[in-house]
Amino acid sequence: MSKLDPKIPHGPLAEKWTNHKNHMNLVAPNNRDKIDIIVVGTGLAGGSAAATLAEQGYNVKAFCYQDSPRRAHSIAAQGGINAAKNYQGDGDSTYRLFYDTIKGGDYRAREANVYRLAEVSANIIDQCVAQGVPFGREYGGQLDNRSFGGVQVKRTFYAKGQTGQQLLLGAYSAMSRQIGKGRIKMYNRHEMLDLVIVDGKARGIIARNLVTGEIERHSAHAVVIASGGYGNVYFLSTNAMGSNVSAAWKIHKKGAYFANPCFVQIHPTCIPVHGTQQSKLTLMSESLRNSGRIWVPKKIEDSVAIREGRLRPENIKEEDRDYYLERRYPAFGNLVPRDVASRAAKERCDAGYGIENNDTKEGVFLDFSTEIMKKGKEAAIEKNIHNPSQQQIYDLGKAWVEEKYGNLFVMYEKITADNPYVTPMKIYPAVHYTMGGIWVNYNLQSTIPGCFVIGEANFSDHGANRLGASALMQGLADGYFVLPYTIADYLSADIRTGTIPTDSEAFEKAEKEIRDKVNFFLNNNGKHSVDYFHKKLGHIMWNKVGMGRTPEGLREAIKEIEEVRNEFWKDVRVPGEADEMNMELEKAFRVADFLELGQLMAKDALERNESCGGHFRWDHATEEGEAERDDANYMYAAVWEYQGDNINAEVMHKEPLIYENIEVKQRSYK
Amino acid sequence: MSAKKGLNLTLKIWRQKNNKTKGQFEVYKISDVSTDSSFLEMLDILNETLINDGKEPIAFDHDCREGICGMCSLYINGRPHGPDTGITTCQLHMRMFKDGETITIEPWRSVAFPVIKDLVVDRSAFDRIMAAGGFVSVNTSGNTLDANAIPVPKDDADKAMDAAACIACGACVATCKNGSAALFVGAKVSQFALLPQGKVEAKRRVLNMVKAMDEEGFGNCSNTGACEVECPKGISLEVIARMNREYMTAHLDRG
Repeated sequence: MSKLDPKIPHGPLAEKWTNHKNHMNLVAPNNRDKIDIIVVGTGLAGGSAAATLAEQGYNVKAFCYQDSPRRAHSIAAQGGINAAKNYQGDGDSTYRLFYDTIKGGDYRAREANVYRLAEVSANIIDQCVAQGVPFGREYGGQLDNRSFGGVQVKRTFYAKGQTGQQLLLGAYSAMSRQIGKGRIKMYNRHEMLDLVIVDGKARGIIARNLVTGEIERHSAHAVVIASGGYGNVYFLSTNAMGSNVSAAWKIHKKGAYFANPCFVQIHPTCIPVHGTQQSKLTLMSESLRNSGRIWVPKKIEDSVAIREGRLRPENIKEEDRDYYLERRYPAFGNLVPRDVASRAAKERCDAGYGIENNDTKEGVFLDFSTEIMKKGKEAAIEKNIHNPSQQQIYDLGKAWVEEKYGNLFVMYEKITADNPYVTPMKIYPAVHYTMGGIWVNYNLQSTIPGCFVIGEANFSDHGANRLGASALMQGLADGYFVLPYTIADYLSADIRTGTIPTDSEAFEKAEKEIRDKVNFFLNNNGKHSVDYFHKKLGHIMWNKVGMGRTPEGLREAIKEIEEVRNEFWKDVRVPGEADEMNMELEKAFRVADFLELGQLMAKDALERNESCGGHFRWDHATEEGEAERDDANYMYAAVWEYQGDNINAEVMHKEPLIYENIEVKQRSYK
Repeated sequence: MSAKKGLNLTLKIWRQKNNKTKGQFEVYKISDVSTDSSFLEMLDILNETLINDGKEPIAFDHDCREGICGMCSLYINGRPHGPDTGITTCQLHMRMFKDGETITIEPWRSVAFPVIKDLVVDRSAFDRIMAAGGFVSVNTSGNTLDANAIPVPKDDADKAMDAAACIACGACVATCKNGSAALFVGAKVSQFALLPQGKVEAKRRVLNMVKAMDEEGFGNCSNTGACEVECPKGISLEVIARMNREYMTAHLDRG
């Protein structure tokens, strides 16, 4: 248990963070430039951490695999960022954001961490506005808000449909300022391939320069992993093509425990799969559920006719449409949380009502016609147009929708060649975010001293399901407002250590292992490309460790993944050379790690005999298909310890989750 | 899945081992490409074939594949991001092409963006311009003003947002006959010039960023407007005009 001490500060919930900050050790300004910190990943968490640590005076070395830190995948977040500002005066508060997040996470997140997240959320908006992030505003010049799934207040700040982009560019700007001052040394097109531990502490990394192929040693007094989530284990996901688990998995193999790997978020509103050659799924922002109504036909023959192209959805009469979210969950309707919305779509499609003309017939409609007419009527009143024609109302409503979501509609039309102002969008759930990740204590430190993990890469704040617009909040909270304090407490012991040498045995050994692996891949001359194996893995993961899981399916998955992994090591073909840009080699390293993680995910899902959040087990469901949680036996974080090549041998530790400030309830959105 | 017949295409692709060797075009045939495929999925299919044939796949930059990270590039049939407008290469779909067509694919062409390999170029010049002034100098403290204490007129906020939408893909530079980065720099200068938060150091910013742009070897802007046409995010030439005005004022004020 000692390693798993969450180190939650004593005292009342609302005072924990302030008290903790007041009692942590500091590093004096004159000592900070004697300390080096490595930050891996430059998304919202890594970018904001690197900038803040450099502002404070530490020497920061930041790494990203992209050609610029500005391209990290946080950039793709569309809808918004939550903050308990209560600008709308609708009863929001730190406590309510905390409550919604814990409840939304199906009571599987750590109370103290989530409260701190809610507490610092308001400061994030202040900080970003000060940086010049162009959030959406009202005519009075004040910030505008929208509402998101799973909550009953408007607390989401946004920058058109590009909130992630604008927040990331804010962090990147802050980084750029420090790069210009020489306080951050930026390593673009570099990938971390291993962690180096010296005398029990994280003291550096081995990285590959993706342009020259050089294997490099980098040392530091602490290593911060901010490498994002592992959704690409499913091959098809909304993640960027390069998003990977390698940094997190490598530290796991070196002693960092991995928590709740089976908690994966399947996002309800993505463009459905169109074919077998597809490489990537595209998300349509959750904010669209503010204005769109989700439905499938009531009559199965209408679904068939639509799939076969004999019937247009806009020609189906109102009474023949099944707005199944409004029907099943009248209180929240189309704004139920993501896990609930996703499962409901799967339920309809499994029953044969899917409307997409693809192999699996999986797709439902997201329809804006009601909103267009409603907003059109409102606009007509505002503009003093008496007795407006239907066309006038439609035009005014369309203009309103265009102003709000125009870029998303354009994107949809470019991909599908359908005009969503006329024909409802087709959507289906897709893998989007991973709540599980490296276990960290309250200080965001993993079980390896000196190795900190922030943002999506850690497990701490979202429990079994993340609410919309909370990922951006967590990334920036960790990077701007939490890690810079907690890491100082750790580093205060290192002011006399001096530069960590890179010629030690630990560096030597770690580098050699990577070189050997590079040589192995390039000389294996197998039969199949890396993608061949990645697709096979993804197929198993989606079908057996996806939205609905069964014990039999999970057992099969564990076996099948192991088979694919064995086949991979025997038969993978990686062309090209070591000392040059070699994208197949990059992929080989990433997929090798996914092939191990996938098996652990299935194992974790098999051990958790309940349904909670994104983890849904068919053998733990009510007759109506609602999730059945088991608080008596499973109110814990499942924390896995690596035991060597045999993933089945990983040992599970439990961190019990204790709720002292919130009543644990059955989650209901009816 | 559509039952439509796939496309048969001839691809003329720039291959170059590294920045020290000379490159050349190579010709590839690809058949039965679904019109619903994206352009990059088409290249994925080609690469899979090359790997299976024991050849080296074509290196190209890409990441998010939804038009926002700015990583993908490609000069396709003489146009950055290909024949469609308002999109990046990763959003380009094969329905824009005809059966039997020959498609020419080149890397970004600009002195300031040297080729790294095949279709991959080095755009780090953009990062260096940003480091010269593309920020508001505010530390992370938790003690900044309440966000609503700085009211910003909606029109200004919207215009700042339109400028801030730049993804730094470099299409503007690649298409410009002078290889100018004026649209990229103008967009960042405009975002901050339009907001009260950015006004304090507006003069320093524009002078430093323009200086860095010149030092990186980008050409001068001659107001042709090709950049505006090819920009996947619809950034308007107005940002260049605003940059020029900011620059002029800053320059004169400096005395």
